[in-house]
Amino acid sequence: MDQLIFAAEVFMNGLMTGVMYALVALGFVLIFKASGVFNYAQGVLALFAALTLVGIQQGQVPFAHLINSIFGTHLEYFGWTVPVVLAILLAGAVMVLLAFLIEKLVLQHLVGQEPIILFMATIGLAYFLEGLGDVMWGADIKNLDVGLPQGISESIESVSANWFGYGFFIDRLDIWAAIIAALLVTALVAFAQYTKQGRAMRAVADDHQAALSVGISLRFIWVMVWSIAGFVALVAGIMWGTKSGVQFSLSLIALKALPVLMLGGFTSIPGAIAGGLIIGVGEKMFEFFVGPMIGGATENWFAYVLALLFLVFRPQGLFGERIIERV
Amino acid sequence: MNTQTDIATAGRQLGGTLMELRNITLRFGGVEAIKNISFDIREGEIRAIIGPNGAGKSSMLNVISGFYVPQEGEVWFRGERRGPVKPYEVARLGIARTFQNIALFDGMSVLDNIMTGRLHRMKAGFLSQALWWGLAEREEIENRAQVERIIDFLEIQNIRKTPVGRLPYGLKKRVELARALAAEPQLLLLDEPMAGMNVEEKEDMSRFVLDVNDEFGTTIALIEHDMGVVMDLSDRVVVMDYGRKIGDGSPDEVRNNQEVIDAYLGVAHD
Repeated sequence: MDQLIFAAEVFMNGLMTGVMYALVALGFVLIFKASGVFNYAQGVLALFAALTLVGIQQGQVPFAHLINSIFGTHLEYFGWTVPVVLAILLAGAVMVLLAFLIEKLVLQHLVGQEPIILFMATIGLAYFLEGLGDVMWGADIKNLDVGLPQGISESIESVSANWFGYGFFIDRLDIWAAIIAALLVTALVAFAQYTKQGRAMRAVADDHQAALSVGISLRFIWVMVWSIAGFVALVAGIMWGTKSGVQFSLSLIALKALPVLMLGGFTSIPGAIAGGLIIGVGEKMFEFFVGPMIGGATENWFAYVLALLFLVFRPQGLFGERIIERV
Repeated sequence: MNTQTDIATAGRQLGGTLMELRNITLRFGGVEAIKNISFDIREGEIRAIIGPNGAGKSSMLNVISGFYVPQEGEVWFRGERRGPVKPYEVARLGIARTFQNIALFDGMSVLDNIMTGRLHRMKAGFLSQALWWGLAEREEIENRAQVERIIDFLEIQNIRKTPVGRLPYGLKKRVELARALAAEPQLLLLDEPMAGMNVEEKEDMSRFVLDVNDEFGTTIALIEHDMGVVMDLSDRVVVMDYGRKIGDGSPDEVRNNQEVIDAYLGVAHD
């Protein structure tokens, strides 16, 4: 009985972790759907967004180290702190500006190229952004606090203690992450299905030539899609940054999103969510039941094994578009 | 607007000049795809461009649509000289087109595909749409009504919710026409609208082209291989061969033009 309740708790925690994975995977799906490009830089985008948010919030001087070493000054902080809401809006604006620059400097010159070329460009972009984030905001680990509640949820603990005689441990941040992810996904789906920009976005994803012929500007759509991906990255960056501090290893969460995408399908927003949840729960349960027998630390690789197993049976992913070949 | 006297072909009155192409020359590197060609498109007419393979018909259509910018010559549209335009701006000028090898949005439903034809007519801001309030709501309803009219007109009610990717070839062509019509263009460009169709589908398509011209008063410029279709549909025909214009006039005039007959039956060029 104890074992079962404990497993249930692990399951719930798995779900919550899964939500966090799904948040990152969402950004990938968006760009892949709209331009057929696997955006390797999505993880770094989340890192960059989080760094920028912390920097703005704490009133850090951007490029302080660079400025200091050139002019011999000792700048570091402006000496003010920006209110959370304003800081988030400003960080969002920076992400939009970044999207605009990415279109202008990178994508525009690669129109009509093979997806693999665009993929390579995003790898370059990832390293560039990582460097830029470093130069702009410094390499030290920062604390991000946007007022999201953290720590054990006492109400859930006491309620479950009454019912099961055992208090479930669930982080309040995880609950918020789940709520925010749900809102984000609802908003994104509504946007894609019911607005004209959403319709234009789907059109561009489908056929560039045809989209142009009905009067859709590819540039506008690309800037828009990268802005949205930047915004999703900001949300993911906030959640992960709050959870584990803003550090450069944050960009590696992209590697966790990869099995999520394989599982959920690269083109499906619901797939990203379901994939995230399955991976989250799967790796926690595996660690709980099998981990002790083989020495633990299974979380690093189990997600990939699970994704590979799925690939064998459903190559297009759980919700991905079925590939029908006509001869 | 040009004030030429109206000409009548096959008992039909044609309006003023909608588009005029003056001395167009288009080169790709050293190859001259179009050599100094001039002709006009009158309001309300069906104008065909025909010619053997490689004659430069598609290049001509792309010049008309603004996709190619000719090295020499002028394009006049609605009485104004048209400068270079961005590909997506063409639709806003009132020119819609279909493609030789169908360019539809396969993942989207027929209805959504046709709605994209109206995207550039929708003005509502992002916020209004997000809240589904005010202008956005009115616009969507208006546009939807117009799209439904076109769906009725082209008799594709029964497939409106079907993803386009699943449709047979002939119906795809019809959906593409519907999307072009949804933009309510002044000038409709059809690139081989009957290519790859069987006799019955060709008859349907011909009927639709005539009806569109008749009912909406849309000016149509089309490229077509099937001579029978061209002669039945069009008011005036431009014949191209090796990038040159070798004939221009009513179907009957063109049919009896010796140079045209030679081009089609194949006479040795010296």
